[in-house]
Amino acid sequence: MEQFDLALIDWSRAQFALTAMYHWIFVPLTLGLSFIVAIMMTIYVKTGDELWKKITKFWMTLFGINFAIGVATGIILEFEFGTNWSNYSWFVGDIFGAPLAIEGIMAFFLESTFIAILFFGWGRVKPGFHLLSAWLVAIGSNLSALWILVANAWMQNPVGMQFNPDTARNEMLNFWDVLFSPTAINKFLHTISSGYVLSAVFVVGVSAWFLIKKRNVIFAKRSMVIGAVFGLLSSFYLILTGDESAREVFRTQPMKFAAMEGLYDGETNAPLVVIGLMKQLPDPQNPNLERFAFKLEIPNLLSYMAALNPNAFVPGIRDLVHGNEEHGLMSYYEKIEKGKIAIQALSDYKTALEAKDQATADVNLKLFKANYAYFGYGYYDDPHSLIPHVPLTFYSFHLMVGLGMHFLILFIVILVLIFRKKIEKVRWVLYVALWTIPLAYIASQAGWIVAELGRQPWVVQDLMPTLSAVSNIDKGAVMTTFWIFAITFTVLLIAEIKIMVSQIVSQSKNEGGH
Amino acid sequence: MFENLSYLALQQYWWAIVSLLGALLVFMFFVQGGQTMIRCLGKTDNEIKMLVNSLGRKWDLTFTTLVTFGGAAFASFPLFYSTSFGGAYWVWMLILFAFIIQAVSYEYRTKKNNFLGAKTYETFLFLNGFLGTILIGTAVATFFTGSDFMVNNMNQSHWMSPWRGLELAFDFTRYATFINLSLGLGVFFLSRVLGILYFFNNINDATLLERAHKKLLTNAALFLVFFLFFLVNILLIDGFGYDPVTKEVSLVPYKYFNNLIEMPVNTIILLLGVIMVLLGIYRAGFHFKECGSKGIWITGLGTVLTVFALFLLVGLNNTCFYPSISDLQSSLTIENASSSKYTLVAMSYVSLLVPFVLAYIWYAWRSLNKKSITAKEMEDDTHAY
Repeated sequence: MEQFDLALIDWSRAQFALTAMYHWIFVPLTLGLSFIVAIMMTIYVKTGDELWKKITKFWMTLFGINFAIGVATGIILEFEFGTNWSNYSWFVGDIFGAPLAIEGIMAFFLESTFIAILFFGWGRVKPGFHLLSAWLVAIGSNLSALWILVANAWMQNPVGMQFNPDTARNEMLNFWDVLFSPTAINKFLHTISSGYVLSAVFVVGVSAWFLIKKRNVIFAKRSMVIGAVFGLLSSFYLILTGDESAREVFRTQPMKFAAMEGLYDGETNAPLVVIGLMKQLPDPQNPNLERFAFKLEIPNLLSYMAALNPNAFVPGIRDLVHGNEEHGLMSYYEKIEKGKIAIQALSDYKTALEAKDQATADVNLKLFKANYAYFGYGYYDDPHSLIPHVPLTFYSFHLMVGLGMHFLILFIVILVLIFRKKIEKVRWVLYVALWTIPLAYIASQAGWIVAELGRQPWVVQDLMPTLSAVSNIDKGAVMTTFWIFAITFTVLLIAEIKIMVSQIVSQSKNEGGH
Repeated sequence: MFENLSYLALQQYWWAIVSLLGALLVFMFFVQGGQTMIRCLGKTDNEIKMLVNSLGRKWDLTFTTLVTFGGAAFASFPLFYSTSFGGAYWVWMLILFAFIIQAVSYEYRTKKNNFLGAKTYETFLFLNGFLGTILIGTAVATFFTGSDFMVNNMNQSHWMSPWRGLELAFDFTRYATFINLSLGLGVFFLSRVLGILYFFNNINDATLLERAHKKLLTNAALFLVFFLFFLVNILLIDGFGYDPVTKEVSLVPYKYFNNLIEMPVNTIILLLGVIMVLLGIYRAGFHFKECGSKGIWITGLGTVLTVFALFLLVGLNNTCFYPSISDLQSSLTIENASSSKYTLVAMSYVSLLVPFVLAYIWYAWRSLNKKSITAKEMEDDTHAY
């Protein structure tokens, strides 16, 4: 451990978290709003109704404002893998790089080419081609999400590869295993559906504000119907994929699963914590101290959620750290030992090869292969360093789930009120819809906190921790760029929000979108 | 199909793909070059608006080409990606910063309540055009002149200079710095030339085009000075070659000049490219009325061919494409820096999409460009930047 600069690792993590979280403020709205705009434009092209054209143009303008800053915050992420995580880039570049390249070739060009047609095509291209462009932008946006999420899923559950000791990296064995791993499929579907729900909440919320102000009522109601129907369908899908994702996490990342539920002692017939309050802790990574001050549980549900069996055993943090013979769980202590053997064997293998001592190289290679599954554990001495921040993971998970349920109920209520023609009269619902917009962003960020913070310290599950992935650079340089990005992105976010609000107010006064 | 190719052939194929993306990126720098001329060409608000809107319909393509170039480099030559990006930290961070501020500027510039004011966003566009082109050009020149890094037996790289890549542009005790900067400045002035030629093609406004026309030859002359300085120097310096059998790297006198001799097809591409660049400039400069609008295509294609050939010159024929001046044996070649054969094969199938992508870009571009941008359109368009 002492050979690693922990401050550098923390600053590098902070910079990546900052840029990723800023990027994720804008991406979900792009994912969903692109489809909502395409649906609206389809209705316009089908009906020729000028109001639908106006509606399409308004939401398209907001889409464009959001898209630009999404692009600005996105470019840094791709290159940060190299600038700040260069050891990681080599260790997994053979697998991770491919989805990024495919993303560029298949998705980004589609998006960037047709977005120009979408914005500037009015009167310049035929309506059919213009409409096609809207759908291609939506497909391109979502395709780009596919490839980066495939790459992310591979980090959570590395499959379809083999470590090559001669090149000291993981190499791809089967592209389809990487693309169609259950983790990748779940991650993609759950993430894009969360983006759809956020976009629907945005459309419904902004439309609700129009109705509160009693401006552009028909315009707002039409937008609201599209948003709420899109949101309702997406919410059902979000819940289904979320349920499946939870099982996937249980199977491949049991420590994250335990942290999500704040489960310290594993049990059969494990209850699900619906609401819980954790005690203030001196050390959130110490499992001997963690306890709930209060919790409300549903019996057996966690076991059922994890394995579709109410009697299933769900391991707790302590079971994973100390092992559980009854349930066949190897302790982190043992994994650390095996990891150290793997690291040493790889080094000895390299040394033997350089000395042209093939016999010793063969012995070490065999030893290395037998222990490679625990390679990443070998960088640690204390197994407690392998526990993520439990309270943050727990609260983020429960906040995300709770808010997800709130969105579903909101869409149902909104649709019922619209079809009963009472939506303008029940003003508290309109206010709830408006104030749900920030909640959607909080839920969305919380989801990524669960996914990324919950898997710490791993960059690649079990194989590579953050401390061995980081670039060997001066921490002062990373601190400087961290603050440059923090200030720049904050300024751009302020600009984006001001412009968005201005456009919305302007439209509500029927001044036109621009 | 691709499975039957040798590992080396796949590495060469992917070097060619990366080279093509790099070449297309330099062509698309007409956006960056145009951005540096907004204030010197546009004298009225509407003229500035025409220039911004002309470029604004293409900026995203340049951006995407850069991102795809990065992605392709990561996927096909990950050791280059980890060594260069993790090593020359400040250079790449400056480049990225220049592109971050570009992305919002078009969309936000004229929007109401945009917080920073139109002039700030125009400054962002200028900075992007200025820093982006010079720094990327300078970074690419180091493919010929070398950088200060070492790679250990676990293929982890260590940058030796504390300046983290800035020394490549500012260490004037090394002659190579002048070569690096000359390519950076050459790319900068070429991008301005391309920007002017693009305006000729895309804007229909006599006053504005007349003003742009006056700037063409000056920028073309400056481009030629810096580019020729770079070209002559790299043909005369010792290059970084490696033994195809032992893989041992050594300094080879006139390596890049020898590569021209030993790769005649590439030399023809290079010469053809340079001639087309000059021809496009000549025709637009001296026969503006007849050929002005076609200059971007002639010079543009010439740019693609020239840059493509330069990349091949430094990557093929047993040449180190990312040489180390600290430790010759740490130098990166297409053989030691590439992905595995399986990954290259898998991605090669995806690369078959490239012609399809180019076709729809061309179709979409043509659809939008049927009508040139006019002053009147700027007043009428609800989504004008």
